[in-house]
Amino acid sequence: MIPVLLIAVPLLSGLAGFFIRNGNSAKNWSLLTSIVIVAVSVFGLTVDKSASSLHFEAEWLPSLGSKFSVALDGMSQILSLLTAVSFPIIFIATYRTDYKNAKNFYALMLLSQAGLMGVFVSVDALLFYFFWELALVPVYFLSSIWGGERRIQATFKFFIYTFVGSLLMLVGIIYLYLHTKNLSFALADFYSLHSFISPQDQGWLFWLFFIAFAIKMPIFPFHTWQPDVYEQSPTAVTMVLSGIMVKMGLFGLMRWLGPVLPQGTWVWGDTASALCIIGMIYASLIAIRQDDLKRLVAYSSIAHISLMCLAVFATTQIGLQGVMIQMFNHGINIIALWIVVDLIERQMGTRKISELGGLAQKAPALAILLVIVALANVALPLTNAFVGEFLMFSGIYTSTATKYNVVFTVTAGISIILSAVYMLNMIQKVFLGGTNALTEKAKDIQWNEKIILGAIVILIVVIGIYPQPVLELTKTTVEGILAKMSYKF
Amino acid sequence: MNAIIFSAVWGVVMMSGGAFLKNKNAIRYLAIAGAGLLLAVNILEMYMSSQGNHYLNIDTKRMLVFETFGLLANCIAFASTLLYFLLSSKDIDRAGPNGADYFALIFFVLCGVSLVTSYNNLLMLFIGIEILSIPLYILTGSSKRNLKSNEASLKYFLMGAFSTGIMLLGIAFLYGASKTGSFFLDDIGVGKFPPTPLFIFGLLLMIVSLSFKVSAAPFHFWTPDVYDGSPTVFTSFMATVVKGAAFIAFIRLFGNSFMDAQPKWQLVIAIITAATLFIGNITAVFQQSVKRMLAYSSIAQVGFMLFAILSMKTMAQEGIILYIAAYSLATIGIFAILARMTDHTFEGFNGLAKKQPVLAAVNTVFLLSLAGIPLTAGFFAKYYMLAAAIQTGKYFWLVIFAVLCAAVSVYYYFRVIQAMYFKEGEPHQIEASTGFKAVLVMVAVLIVLLGIFPQWLIDRLYTIFI
Repeated sequence: MIPVLLIAVPLLSGLAGFFIRNGNSAKNWSLLTSIVIVAVSVFGLTVDKSASSLHFEAEWLPSLGSKFSVALDGMSQILSLLTAVSFPIIFIATYRTDYKNAKNFYALMLLSQAGLMGVFVSVDALLFYFFWELALVPVYFLSSIWGGERRIQATFKFFIYTFVGSLLMLVGIIYLYLHTKNLSFALADFYSLHSFISPQDQGWLFWLFFIAFAIKMPIFPFHTWQPDVYEQSPTAVTMVLSGIMVKMGLFGLMRWLGPVLPQGTWVWGDTASALCIIGMIYASLIAIRQDDLKRLVAYSSIAHISLMCLAVFATTQIGLQGVMIQMFNHGINIIALWIVVDLIERQMGTRKISELGGLAQKAPALAILLVIVALANVALPLTNAFVGEFLMFSGIYTSTATKYNVVFTVTAGISIILSAVYMLNMIQKVFLGGTNALTEKAKDIQWNEKIILGAIVILIVVIGIYPQPVLELTKTTVEGILAKMSYKF
Repeated sequence: MNAIIFSAVWGVVMMSGGAFLKNKNAIRYLAIAGAGLLLAVNILEMYMSSQGNHYLNIDTKRMLVFETFGLLANCIAFASTLLYFLLSSKDIDRAGPNGADYFALIFFVLCGVSLVTSYNNLLMLFIGIEILSIPLYILTGSSKRNLKSNEASLKYFLMGAFSTGIMLLGIAFLYGASKTGSFFLDDIGVGKFPPTPLFIFGLLLMIVSLSFKVSAAPFHFWTPDVYDGSPTVFTSFMATVVKGAAFIAFIRLFGNSFMDAQPKWQLVIAIITAATLFIGNITAVFQQSVKRMLAYSSIAQVGFMLFAILSMKTMAQEGIILYIAAYSLATIGIFAILARMTDHTFEGFNGLAKKQPVLAAVNTVFLLSLAGIPLTAGFFAKYYMLAAAIQTGKYFWLVIFAVLCAAVSVYYYFRVIQAMYFKEGEPHQIEASTGFKAVLVMVAVLIVLLGIFPQWLIDRLYTIFI
């Protein structure tokens, strides 16, 4: 029942939210809902771990062979936990932002949360596709209504990009469905397909799926929508997009692509990895040259996601474990970065690095918290990202799925050095040095931002020192994925 | 049979009603009641024939055959007409000086619809298509003082007459090619004899003339002008009920007669499909008027429906029923709103969400359905078409092409949504009563329900009990 609750609570509460008249009560209502969802998610994670409560199945379209079946395993546990935790953080961090028609804003936010939850828990291909699209539509409206100056073009480009991708994926899903023995969309039936589909067919099917996921993540040639959308969306939506939505692509790779089409993945894995490598270096170099804080974080996100994608294609136990933990880490770290960017923008009215300076003198608490988050982003030891990236690097280096493991490891390592360059450069220019006329008036952060950033920093350090529970959680899932992916010929 | 008789009789009733009833509202209610009764009568016939008996048994010498598929298609056409009357009967009344006659003509069209969904003989197909078309020529030109409406009517008439001529020629060839000298669908098929050049030529002529009727490229040239020129209310009817019926005629002919010759014509249909998808979608992108955009989008939607003819699997039959229902519901809804607007350009929709939040919301549902976004009926309609095409095992290039075209279609459908929600503007006053809004909301709810449980409609093909 727990996965159903994870979808139903935000869905129903979001629909109800459209009818709340007062903007402030809508804000509190959605905050309350999001906290309830955290409670449900934690409950499923700790208290009630019986199979019956983590799995639910109901008839939906019997003659099509599709069921409403949802389940929580290690990977979906960790991603639904990320989705659950992110929303209250986002709501509290942007508590002071006033939106026109606030009730619609919060209602759409909750609907997008329902869609995201659905993507992570569904184990039926048609249901997965449904939620995949449903997560997109509210976000499109959110960004287009409440976004910045060029919002309409930017989000429209985003929508068309992802829509092309998901339609290609739909063709792939239908093709696989027509090849299952009993015409079914169930994940388990998809997993037994690999020996019936020839390697050639798996090859092009791989691309139908991979393009959809690559657009979402985004991976190098499909990334052009991303910086614009991150820049133009309201910060709360940017947090959803970069913290959670990009994980849909990685999740798709590990649940619907690698294990379903192992031969296709094996054949094209190196090509995809090469795209990841290009993206990492390219995005890092652009990030160094950025003057806009939002665009800097956007490009750094491309680099980090590409590294995770690379680790998926390495197909090793340790690397996939790293991806699992890093998906969670990246989510909360990048949300923290956006909170800081949003704070600076609201106070100073600018996001230009060249116009800022000396903020550490005026806002010491903010500076300390940011430095920790930034160091986590560079994957310094003792932070959560260090654990994830260390595991991923070991995984890529020891990979037997590719001949180029050393090349990949070294290039990925260079991109980490580049990430240190742009993050430290940013800290130096924004927080250190002398104040100027603009930053003279800066004030330190207030209670809600302190609580949220403080909580995230605690999470960063705790996972950095003691990642064992997370690794335990995803261990069996990773073994399952690997067993299916290692089937080659 | 019931529907054919009832619609013809009710058409006459409406005509005489126009002569005797002075109250315009009474005429409107009479028409709405007629559409409701027609639907009820048709459902009754479905029910009776599933029990194996008929209460009105007329021997048609097998020239008409009443199967569930055709009767269900009737149901969709009549239900669409009922909703159309509920939404737009006032606008029909206002389209010209002879309100009651327009209603009568629409009932005659419905008579033609029920003929083409049940023919078993090429002569019946011809008669059905004619009964369907002639009232439409009049409706197109009903705005007498409007030059564009007159032009559209003439154009439609000439093109329609031309395509009917081609159809007759095709029928003659097929008749000549069949050894038994028969017009019956079971006899003209190629299975009983090897295809002769005569047969192939007749088949091609039938494809051409039916492509005219459903406005598939490259025989679509009349569509934008006629749809744009005729009064908006009648465009709505033409683009939905009539187009759907023409499609059913297409499917019946190819499914019943030409299945064995499928390798001969499949490639032709594939090329027509690709051309229709391409021309419809690409041209729609460049339109400045929403009405004209919808005309091209209707061509684009036909491209998707043609997949049903291409594959001719069970899935295609099921899918076309869903597709026609989804497409009709959404299009009728959009046109009902458009008919009340004075400015038909995209700019006319600017800021509609602020002024008329309900209309904007339902219009969004309609557009999302046409674009094929999940949770709307349009998604499953497209799903069935793609699945049917993939099932053929060939023409995979066409599927990918169709998918890319569907992505293009998002562009022009979303321009309307963007105008309504994201752009500032002062839309003209739209007259929208609570009843009008309630029906629109009902249509939107129906679309969403079909988008979650498409089986509800498709299962009616096999069992009429719920």
